[in-house]
Amino acid sequence: MSMFKIFDVSGSAISAQSQRLNTVASNLANADTVAGPDGQAYKARQVVFQTTLMGEVAQGTPAAAGVRVSNVVEDNTPGRRVHDPKHPAADNQGYVTYSNVNPVEEMVNMISASRSYQNNVEVMNTAKSLLLKTLQLGQS
Amino acid sequence: MQRLTSTLDFHAQALTLRAERQRLIASNIANADTPGYQARDMDFTKALQQATGMQAVAGSLTTTNSGHMEVSAGARSDGELLYATNPQDSLDRNTVDLDRERAAFAENSVKYEATLRFINNHVRTLSEAMRSPSQG
Repeated sequence: MSMFKIFDVSGSAISAQSQRLNTVASNLANADTVAGPDGQAYKARQVVFQTTLMGEVAQGTPAAAGVRVSNVVEDNTPGRRVHDPKHPAADNQGYVTYSNVNPVEEMVNMISASRSYQNNVEVMNTAKSLLLKTLQLGQS
Repeated sequence: MQRLTSTLDFHAQALTLRAERQRLIASNIANADTPGYQARDMDFTKALQQATGMQAVAGSLTTTNSGHMEVSAGARSDGELLYATNPQDSLDRNTVDLDRERAAFAENSVKYEATLRFINNHVRTLSEAMRSPSQG
């Protein structure tokens, strides 16, 4: 029954999107971080999505295409530098390096992730109700 | 016997194809944010014609002699999936048009349900006809 594969496909998409939402939350939370545990300023992280073929590639039935997070990459652009000599994290020139998180970009990312999440939940709900109706086939 | 169930067979094939298309569209929606993903879809009419034996599948058996056995329906050639093109190109070469996919998903689920009802009604009609009048 190929409809059951929909739960695998949409489930993988939901988990990938929630991981993306997780990175967005982590980026936004650290938007004003001056130094991380390694003493360096926080670097924004982005997830990279990749298509995975699910299930057996049987004859005549193409494999369903799910999603997975293949990699989490760090943004290496230099962080924001603010002149503040009184700050404890200031370097010898009086500059403080903040994280390189762009809050506007992150908000857009967040909205996009939550919309995609909702889409996939809806797909699962529709598939579920169709399957339930199929179960009642010939009973009414 | 063939007469009784041929309509049911047709709808069963249609239902299987609808489920397969539903899965394809779900894959497209799931990969709406994957870079480089190419959206797929099927030509439903052609697939149904192939599955019910109304159109010959390329490379399948054909009957050239009256003594040959009937080619069984249900065959479908593999390379029938099409690539959907996106009216607006995106930078990451992803060709999923989410509006189109959602519309196709809604359409396909309604038609799946319609096929289910066809089957249900057919079964009910058959069992109604089999019932003896004395049973009421």
